[in-house]
Amino acid sequence: MQQKKVVMDADGIDRSLTRIAYEILEKNKGTEELCLVGIRTGGVFLAERLKKKLTSIEGVDLPVGILDITLYRDDLRLANKKPMLGKTDIPFSLDNRKVVLVDDVLFTGRTIRAAMDALIDFGRPKLIELAVLIDRGHRELPIRADFVGMNLPSSLWESVVVKLMEKNGVDEVVIEDDNQ
Amino acid sequence: MKLTNKDILGIKELSVDEINLILDTAASFIEVSTREIKKVPTLRGKTVVNLFFEASTRTRTSFEIAGKRLSADTINISATTSSVVKGETLIDTARNLEAMNPDAIVIRHSAAGAPHMLARMVKQSIINAGDGAHEHPTQALLDMMTIKEKKGTVSGLKVAIVGDIAHSRVARSNIYGLTKMGSHVIVAGPAMMIPRDIARMGVTVYNNLAEAIKDVDIIMMLRIQLERQQQKIFPSLREYSSYFCLNRQNIKLAKEDVLVMHPGPINRGIEISPDIADGPYSIILDQVTNGVAVRMALLYLLIGGQR
Amino acid sequence: MKLLLTGGRIIDPSQGLDANLDILIENGKIAEIGKNVHKPKTDSRKSAAREINIVDISGMIAVPGLIDMHTHLREPGFEYKETIQTGSEAGAAGGFTSLACMPNTNPVNDTRSVTEYIKRNAASCNLVNVYPIAAVSMESEGTSLTEFMDLKDAGAVAFSDDGKPVTNSALMRRALEYASSLGMSIISHCEDTCLSHGGSMNEGFVSTELGLQGIPNIAEDAIVARDIIIAEYTGALLHIAHVSTAGAVRLIRNAKARGLRLTAETAPHYFTLTDEALREFDTCAKVNPPLRTLEDVNAVREGLRDGTIDVIASDHAPHASTDKEVEFEYASFGITGLETSLALSLRLVDDGILTLGQLILGMTANPARIVNIPKGTLKTGVDADITVIDPNRNWTVDRDRLRSKGKNTPFHGQAMKGKAIMTIMGGEIKYRDLP
Repeated sequence: MQQKKVVMDADGIDRSLTRIAYEILEKNKGTEELCLVGIRTGGVFLAERLKKKLTSIEGVDLPVGILDITLYRDDLRLANKKPMLGKTDIPFSLDNRKVVLVDDVLFTGRTIRAAMDALIDFGRPKLIELAVLIDRGHRELPIRADFVGMNLPSSLWESVVVKLMEKNGVDEVVIEDDNQ
Repeated sequence: MKLTNKDILGIKELSVDEINLILDTAASFIEVSTREIKKVPTLRGKTVVNLFFEASTRTRTSFEIAGKRLSADTINISATTSSVVKGETLIDTARNLEAMNPDAIVIRHSAAGAPHMLARMVKQSIINAGDGAHEHPTQALLDMMTIKEKKGTVSGLKVAIVGDIAHSRVARSNIYGLTKMGSHVIVAGPAMMIPRDIARMGVTVYNNLAEAIKDVDIIMMLRIQLERQQQKIFPSLREYSSYFCLNRQNIKLAKEDVLVMHPGPINRGIEISPDIADGPYSIILDQVTNGVAVRMALLYLLIGGQR
Repeated sequence: MKLLLTGGRIIDPSQGLDANLDILIENGKIAEIGKNVHKPKTDSRKSAAREINIVDISGMIAVPGLIDMHTHLREPGFEYKETIQTGSEAGAAGGFTSLACMPNTNPVNDTRSVTEYIKRNAASCNLVNVYPIAAVSMESEGTSLTEFMDLKDAGAVAFSDDGKPVTNSALMRRALEYASSLGMSIISHCEDTCLSHGGSMNEGFVSTELGLQGIPNIAEDAIVARDIIIAEYTGALLHIAHVSTAGAVRLIRNAKARGLRLTAETAPHYFTLTDEALREFDTCAKVNPPLRTLEDVNAVREGLRDGTIDVIASDHAPHASTDKEVEFEYASFGITGLETSLALSLRLVDDGILTLGQLILGMTANPARIVNIPKGTLKTGVDADITVIDPNRNWTVDRDRLRSKGKNTPFHGQAMKGKAIMTIMGGEIKYRDLP
């Protein structure tokens, strides 16, 4: 039997995002030149939510982009099942922007590596920051998040799933033990 | 979801799911070609050989760009520059290429079935870029992609394909593809350009343009191969164009929002009058743009990962 | 030295024979057929065994040595495809004791010297009887007749420009009259080359799907009709080669009903395969006339059943891999057939199209009559050419194990039932494949 444990509920997620929004504003001293780029698919919804929060706090409309990192993955060569390719949509220039990259779970760091390579193909951002809802550890690359919703120490045989209303119909973070 | 075969030899062998996978993947690749840096690292270290036994600028360039935008190394071998002219057989060429260990071979050949022969002999992925009058799968895929982009769907449409159906690989691949996807295909041309028993492929046949394009959503005009006239297949270009050229008058017979396609290169004033080719109905240049995306999608799906 | 075949079922349509009998062969001739032909003296068993070779063929069928009246042995000129030696080996392995070989060699068999060369070479191979068919026209170019009388004297058994039609109707008329005056047949390759030009398979739905240029049925039918008209006018002996279409079968049937001295042959692939066999661009199934549709296959089978078609010939057309392992359109026409012909023909018996007797007739006495050779019978006193068939032997076609140099068979890997297990020519066992 698979064991499931809810580690963050809807309120928890919302509170974390609110805090992250304030931290983003604080660290960047406002919203000037700021933009958000969500990584498909979980990061996209989180980026949209962050944008709403930033808008309501600061009253400005921030550009949000969508990034599909499939074409930049380093494990494509090894992947058994070909990942479905999604659209990338960044309808604004990244040159001299402060880019906040948004993802749901930070794990090995390889996705973020691919995302940074991709971003740099789109232009020359002034800086790139990383916001994640969950940091579960086990980094394989020297990558660290600037904004973290929750640090969640996990074992390698556990999986951490961020469920969001927009795709799963529920807001919660679940930890599942695959080893059972 | 992935493709069943290692090769893309024809649309006939593809399932509806596979066609949808290719079209959806291609749609995602459109964006890459709009970037300032039109290149992704996906196929870094992969080699794609474009083996062209028949002259082609458009298709070869499209494949070359597709490969390069995915960071593959693309090598062009054309019949005029290779040892093919020295009497080397297709088998020898294939064995030699195989020994150089590319990842995919794109082949265009004037003989039907040449890609199939190659696919049986080598372990690499083979993409048919047109074999004789048999199939031209990437053209049909880009045509379907363009139709889907403009009409939102490839099913339930009436599509007229007009011209030398007998000698057209574009016609055959589109007939397979469009009928599979649920569209109604009409073929039209003078009797000597309609091959025997073509109705059994699930199409309606007409010998005049007016009947063929009445109330259709899409008109695909085929290129008239000028050398066919020397072979006395049809009497004259003058006669052909006066009865089968799509122009401002006869296009009114089709649906108001009809779209006009052509695999290129166009013989202006023979298949299509210039005002139609360059006019609002024409989506000929969209076809070219989508051609690169479709070929990127195929390369990605065939050699983008482990098989 | 005597040879005695005991316990087998003997089928000889030439004398209406179908019974379990013994065959005694002496000095290369059929000495006697009957029950208990050989009664060894009880006191001298050992000496008897020395002087007589007794082969038990219980459960087997012995028939007159099979005759293939349409073979390409390729020699002289195309020894890389086949030689008289390898073709003879293939023939013997396929159960044939006599082969009539077509003249499209290089040089074409249009003169006495080529005919004699083939005869001489075949004799030294000494595996099967080889009967050259000489060309109708010099170099088979369809312009001037060859020397029919001289060629007949040299050993030619019929005339044909096989591989090509005789397009000139006046030449065809003269050839028919000339050959007929010598009691010989013209074997006509019926193809209107204007209609077939550029084609590489049957014209129809499959060619349309594959985008290959087709050879329509009418290319064959038109020339069959013309030749029948000329044969009817001249009263000459006409033999139609490799019938493949429903239309040709109908034309021949009608002509025979009018009393014409007309004969016809088909080849196993025409009653076995359709143009669907070309779906994967298999050049080994590329043949001329091309594999047709199911309707044609059924008409050819019906033609065999009702006697419209007299003969099954292999149209053995061996090719080297360099002729076949090329793009479909560039590949040579032809199927290697000597070693699969019998097994494929036996399927007609299983399918109830022919009786075993009718099948053997079409592979022995009928071809013997058409090419005027004293073969195809087990009558006492004739050369002891005998084929022993195991009708139940299951085997699989393996192109690499064919004796023929031509590996171009579309039947590679297919299961077969029935096989020649002993081929005897002139009383000598030339091939045996006993279990």
